[in-house]
Amino acid sequence: MRLSQSWIIAAKDFKTLRKKKNIIYMLFFIPFLIAVLIPAVIGYVAHKSPAELVVFLPAFLFFYVILAGYLATPIASYTIAGEKVEKSLEPLLATPTTDSEILLGKGIAAFFPPLAALWGGSALFMLLMDLITRDELGYYYFPDSNTALVLLLLLPLALLMSVQVNVIVSSRVTDVRAGQQLGGLAVVPLMGLYVSGELNLINLGDASNLLIIAAALLVVDVLLFFVSRATFRREEILTRWK
Amino acid sequence: MIETKGLTKRFGTLTAVDNLTLKVNEGEVFGFLGPNGAGKTTTVRMLCCLISKTSGEARIADYDVGKEADALKIRKLIGLVPDTVGLYDDLSAYDNLDFYGKLYGCTETQRKENIQRFLTMLGLWEKRDAIAGTFSKGMKQKLAIARALIHEPELLFMDEPTANLDPESAKTVRDFILGLKKEKKTIFLNTHNLDEAQRVCDRIGILSTKLLATGTPQELERALSSGGGARRTVVLLQEQATDAMLAGLRQLTGVGSVTVEGNKLDVTLSDPDKQNAAVIEAIVKAGGHIQSVTIAGASLEDVYLKLVREGGS
Repeated sequence: MRLSQSWIIAAKDFKTLRKKKNIIYMLFFIPFLIAVLIPAVIGYVAHKSPAELVVFLPAFLFFYVILAGYLATPIASYTIAGEKVEKSLEPLLATPTTDSEILLGKGIAAFFPPLAALWGGSALFMLLMDLITRDELGYYYFPDSNTALVLLLLLPLALLMSVQVNVIVSSRVTDVRAGQQLGGLAVVPLMGLYVSGELNLINLGDASNLLIIAAALLVVDVLLFFVSRATFRREEILTRWK
Repeated sequence: MIETKGLTKRFGTLTAVDNLTLKVNEGEVFGFLGPNGAGKTTTVRMLCCLISKTSGEARIADYDVGKEADALKIRKLIGLVPDTVGLYDDLSAYDNLDFYGKLYGCTETQRKENIQRFLTMLGLWEKRDAIAGTFSKGMKQKLAIARALIHEPELLFMDEPTANLDPESAKTVRDFILGLKKEKKTIFLNTHNLDEAQRVCDRIGILSTKLLATGTPQELERALSSGGGARRTVVLLQEQATDAMLAGLRQLTGVGSVTVEGNKLDVTLSDPDKQNAAVIEAIVKAGGHIQSVTIAGASLEDVYLKLVREGGS
């Protein structure tokens, strides 16, 4: 597999996506809105004690993992289902590029912009939270080792899962909107984890729990990789994708 | 350049292409004629290594179609203008071509030169920075042709390149194909436009799931003529036909029957395209004044319809 071919495809998709203002706004608006909104609520509306804060802060950070499941949807569905709508897959498939190279290119295009938005948003979130909770806690809560686990491990794995779910869904739908609606289902298991945390069924501030979740996501990602590769075959694309 | 032996494609119980055996020579424009659903697009997709063959053999240049190791080499060698243009509507004409140039491994210099060359040839250079989505159908089709040529392929597959185009755009595309023909490019042209096939192609294959006939347009017409659908030259004179004119015509080789109806002469010929000059010369020599000369009888359209109907039944 030649990574250079995948980068060419990803670069083309980045260029195309730059012109999709609604996708760009959505991509950056939500992570940055959460980054501002939650600190504002904690700081000025729902005052929390230090004991409550150390429970809520890691849970709030987990919002970004949930968003990872959601934010990959518009781009992933656009890059695959969009090509179907524009009927541009046939000339692309006629180039000396393998199915895996195309799939990887699409994956890169759907992976990195949300990752940048989520890391940017979470950095702002941590900064504002630290400023607001410093006096109450007596120390800066973020970043800690769990933050690194959530942002550098869980979040990319959740994003990868969402990208792959969307690739699979996009191969079965006829338009971008349908792809986005169905692809959004990737957020459900992540939302389930968050709710479990809120119900004290899982402690999302515990490093070993986070590692178990990461391991589970890794297994899901590997399985989805094989499913998406099996889905993205040029013969299927040209003769069955309608 | 292209050689197939018993090439077959089945989708479940449906046979799309049945036992196709044909040869396309280097530098030739080969027209693939057939009604909708005849298997033309499926054949092109098989030859472009986009879909697998069910059985049979196919070779492009020295590579085996269907052999995984040769698929990328074949795709590098060919250019494809699919039946739907499939451009990136949000990218400019230049960026569309540049993207494909990169995928084909062209250097930056090659890309720049070829983009300018082909967009200029197709009259789109001034529009290079315009978004492809704003282009008319004809302009998009031309851009799709430029895209297929960006890496200067040895073999170009064109799947109904003038379908759905207005007459002016269709003519531009046809003229461009004729220009490529002069450059001795090998072109495999899928079409159901008989006039286009006759004007552009060196040889024609008529497909209706099975290959029904191949040959030059003239050979196909002659084949039907010898089967009872004779071609005739109808000459309209300014005066009544004379015995001298009839005698002159009957002396010519290849002339079958000559019938007279007032000032109209109906001459049965084996190959009117080649013999009309001699017919005209004989009439003028006998003192005749010609108003018009037309060819009637078995045309490529007759051949096509006869074969497709017979093939269908």
